[in-house]
Amino acid sequence: MKITLEHLTKRFPNRNKKIKEDVIAASDLTFEIPDGKLIGLLGPSGCGKSTTLNLISGLETPTEGRIYFGDNDVTDVPPENRGVGLVFQNYALYPHLTVEDNIAFPLGNLRGKDKLTKEQMHERALEAAKLVQIDTLMERKPNELSGGQQQRVAIARALVKMPSVLLLDEPLSNLDARLRLQTREELSRIQHETGITTIFVTHDQEEAMSISDMIVVMKEGVIHQIGKPQEVYDHPDNLFVAKFLGTPPINVFEGSVKDGKVYIGDEAILDAPEGASAPADNASAASGRKVYVGIRPEGFIPDKNGPLSVTLNKIEVMGRDTSIVAEHPAFIGTTIRSIIPSEDLTDVSGPTVRFRVKPGKVHLFDRETEKTI
Amino acid sequence: MKQKNYKGWLYLLPAIIFLGVFMVYPLIDVIIYSFEEGYSFVTQKSTGTGLYNFQYVLHDTYFVQALRNTFIIVIITVPVSTGLALLISLALSSIKPLRNAFQTIYFLPYVTNTLAVGLVFMVLFKKTEYTDGMVNLLIHLFGGSSVDFIDGPYWAKMFVMCLYTVWIVLPFKILILTSALASVKEDYYKAARVDGTRPSRIFYKITLPMISPMIFYLVITGFIGAFKAYSDEVALFGTDLNSAGMNTMVGYVYDMLYGNSGGYPSFASAAALILFAVVFTITCINLMVSKNKIHY
Amino acid sequence: MDKQTIITSPTAQDYRRMEIIAQRRRIIKNVLLYTFLVLCALAVLFPFYWMILTSFKTQGAYNAEEIPKFYTLAPTLQNYKVAFTAVPLARYFLNTLVFTLITTAAMMVVIVLAAFGFARMNFPGKNLVFSLFLSLMMIPNELVIITNYVTITSWNMRNTFAGLILPSITSVFYIYLLKENFEQIPEELYKAAKVDGTSDFKYLLRVMVPISKPTLVTITILKVIECWNSYVWPRLITDDKNYYLVSNGIQEIRQNGFGRDNIPAMMAAVVVISVPLVILFLVFRNKIMEGVSRGGTKG
Repeated sequence: MKITLEHLTKRFPNRNKKIKEDVIAASDLTFEIPDGKLIGLLGPSGCGKSTTLNLISGLETPTEGRIYFGDNDVTDVPPENRGVGLVFQNYALYPHLTVEDNIAFPLGNLRGKDKLTKEQMHERALEAAKLVQIDTLMERKPNELSGGQQQRVAIARALVKMPSVLLLDEPLSNLDARLRLQTREELSRIQHETGITTIFVTHDQEEAMSISDMIVVMKEGVIHQIGKPQEVYDHPDNLFVAKFLGTPPINVFEGSVKDGKVYIGDEAILDAPEGASAPADNASAASGRKVYVGIRPEGFIPDKNGPLSVTLNKIEVMGRDTSIVAEHPAFIGTTIRSIIPSEDLTDVSGPTVRFRVKPGKVHLFDRETEKTI
Repeated sequence: MKQKNYKGWLYLLPAIIFLGVFMVYPLIDVIIYSFEEGYSFVTQKSTGTGLYNFQYVLHDTYFVQALRNTFIIVIITVPVSTGLALLISLALSSIKPLRNAFQTIYFLPYVTNTLAVGLVFMVLFKKTEYTDGMVNLLIHLFGGSSVDFIDGPYWAKMFVMCLYTVWIVLPFKILILTSALASVKEDYYKAARVDGTRPSRIFYKITLPMISPMIFYLVITGFIGAFKAYSDEVALFGTDLNSAGMNTMVGYVYDMLYGNSGGYPSFASAAALILFAVVFTITCINLMVSKNKIHY
Repeated sequence: MDKQTIITSPTAQDYRRMEIIAQRRRIIKNVLLYTFLVLCALAVLFPFYWMILTSFKTQGAYNAEEIPKFYTLAPTLQNYKVAFTAVPLARYFLNTLVFTLITTAAMMVVIVLAAFGFARMNFPGKNLVFSLFLSLMMIPNELVIITNYVTITSWNMRNTFAGLILPSITSVFYIYLLKENFEQIPEELYKAAKVDGTSDFKYLLRVMVPISKPTLVTITILKVIECWNSYVWPRLITDDKNYYLVSNGIQEIRQNGFGRDNIPAMMAAVVVISVPLVILFLVFRNKIMEGVSRGGTKG
């Protein structure tokens, strides 16, 4: 089902009663989630992504704005009538019920013409269990399962009632690193098999990038960018998005644009793109337009004649790649980190290393608005 | 090292002395008393040993009455108070505004002197030559005829007794149950809501199983407490409970020991041991049942 | 599972109806809830209201009311005067205060020492002693009170504070509660103190007690409530009015207090006796409720 959010805003009264101002958890969210896609809601903790999820599920009602499932306005429809499946961060499995009873629990709520017999419930539960590959554990209690298995039970419970939308709140955060990789493939497979519109919330950009058809980057209740993961990575709309996506993170320098060139310090590292220079009437035209220069770690190419020179700190060899850690006075933060494929590594030795940069891996941001230029 | 050993005992010494004198010794002594026949405070001598004290107590009409009263109080007040406390706690946990105020009010009886408030209950229910009392006024209002709940028929006295007991024990149970309800994670309810679970099903399938350990704890402590009922009775009916026909097992023990009917520590001991045996048995049964019923 | 959902997509009209039903349910539910809670609150508060109200009515007015009135137009403090003059209410009060303070203080000393002994000291036989302690928790007071009565009588301590206080100075349960609390304090602190040459006793006073203050306060409050309301033991051990506690005093007033049926004076006495604990409760509300849910028993 297609989901549309229109100017969705959620305000909470401040917990600290002395502060009169409301906390704005979600501010004027407007976007459309196409049918049958896997969407990642991404942002640092407290950015309002969980609130957004709760608004879609109906557990919370928006202060302003509307939510549409397909063409229907569901803003004031209670959660049980929305036909959503919800998987909680800590799974919320009922500890006193077996796996089967947990999965079948939503089916027991059906009444009237939808009411199922015991056999039908068993069948449906088994079907859902098979889908997430836990059909051999049906008699266990949740506390006898590993974290990954509990997660699958929770997904099965959400899927068993065949929801039109599946919502997952930080589905992988309670799993260890190895399980996380495995489960995220699993999630992607289940979504493809069922074709259910799926929205999941995460603070882990790698997780969101790897499986989502589309990501929504949020911060402080505001959407910063929406798009396909690779597009967002390659063309971030602003400094926050650029910094938030990618490990190791993007390297940000204070720089300027002058006479069609991008400068870091006194070194012109690149030709500036069209229209990057400050407007002609700008007072600071002489000294150039002040910008942030963001360079992805993979955007550095060691070159003895390269324009950017940095002070070498150390070299970390990580097998396939080598990471060069360095410092530069205009750099924001402590150390610059660049990733170079090990086979491309020419002789690098201190105290200074020179780089040239790949144009596609360099992003310019206005110093004041932090918007991409 | 040696000095250490000695020091550890030193810290325990006061507790051990007090417990020894006022708990361990009396425990042994009460058993001895109960088997000593014809013991008298004055002569400090007994005429022999045997089971006569137990026989006497079990055949004493006052004891049988006390036993009956105690059982009635237990059987009525424990389920009623636990059920009512559960209802109130459920109501409390599903509201937000005024919740603290209600909680404070409901807890008030816990911190009041039961003997003092017992007097208020007595005044409310008692019939005097001046007035029929507050409660009888209400009964009139609904077309009934007045009853003296304090000096009147047995059922009326038992009714006030149970009412007062429930009033007294409710705060503790409400407190325990509201905190038990609060400890059930919100996510379970959210999950159930998203699944469209009916409130009754949420209650029976989620809430009740999750708080069942606490309910059993309350039932067990409730049984023990109700079996030891005494001062609430005194508050309503005065110290001469036997003539009011409202004595309890504990009251019987004290009456045998002290007061107008007192001076028989052997009978008192035998009665106390019978009480202990009853409480112990019921508690064991309770524990066995709860083991079977609590699943996690 | 199918690619498409089985639930037939509801129409806008269906959604509208769901919305209205849900809203109506919410309102009905809230009305029922609050009605129930208010009724229960009235049942709890009514006796308090009645005792305060009656305590301000004159005896004449009270007795003249064949149908009791829910208000009084001529409140009087006369009853309070009677309560303090006709019976030694102030004396009962003072006795209870002395009894409560000494008992609680003495008990705190005994249980802090014992809990420390169990929690931090090592000596042979500790586990055995502790098991014995725990098994004592099952022994009801009613069982040992008989011999204690005999003991105190034979020590000629009837109608003395010593007789009242001595048997209530230990509590196995509180020792247990406190020991658990002490054990949660990291052992490293103890070791560090040992290295610095702090004596065990000093460590107990300077480190353990301050850290465990919340639990100690809780236990103190619970014990104070218990002392203030204790009735059975004082009744057995005192028959001299000069040593009555408030509970016994109330009982005495009820039996042969202010002359025939001076109910308003009686209620005044009840108000006076109830007030200290109610104030204590209102001040330490959270502490008390938290403490009772952790370690209280009654009911």
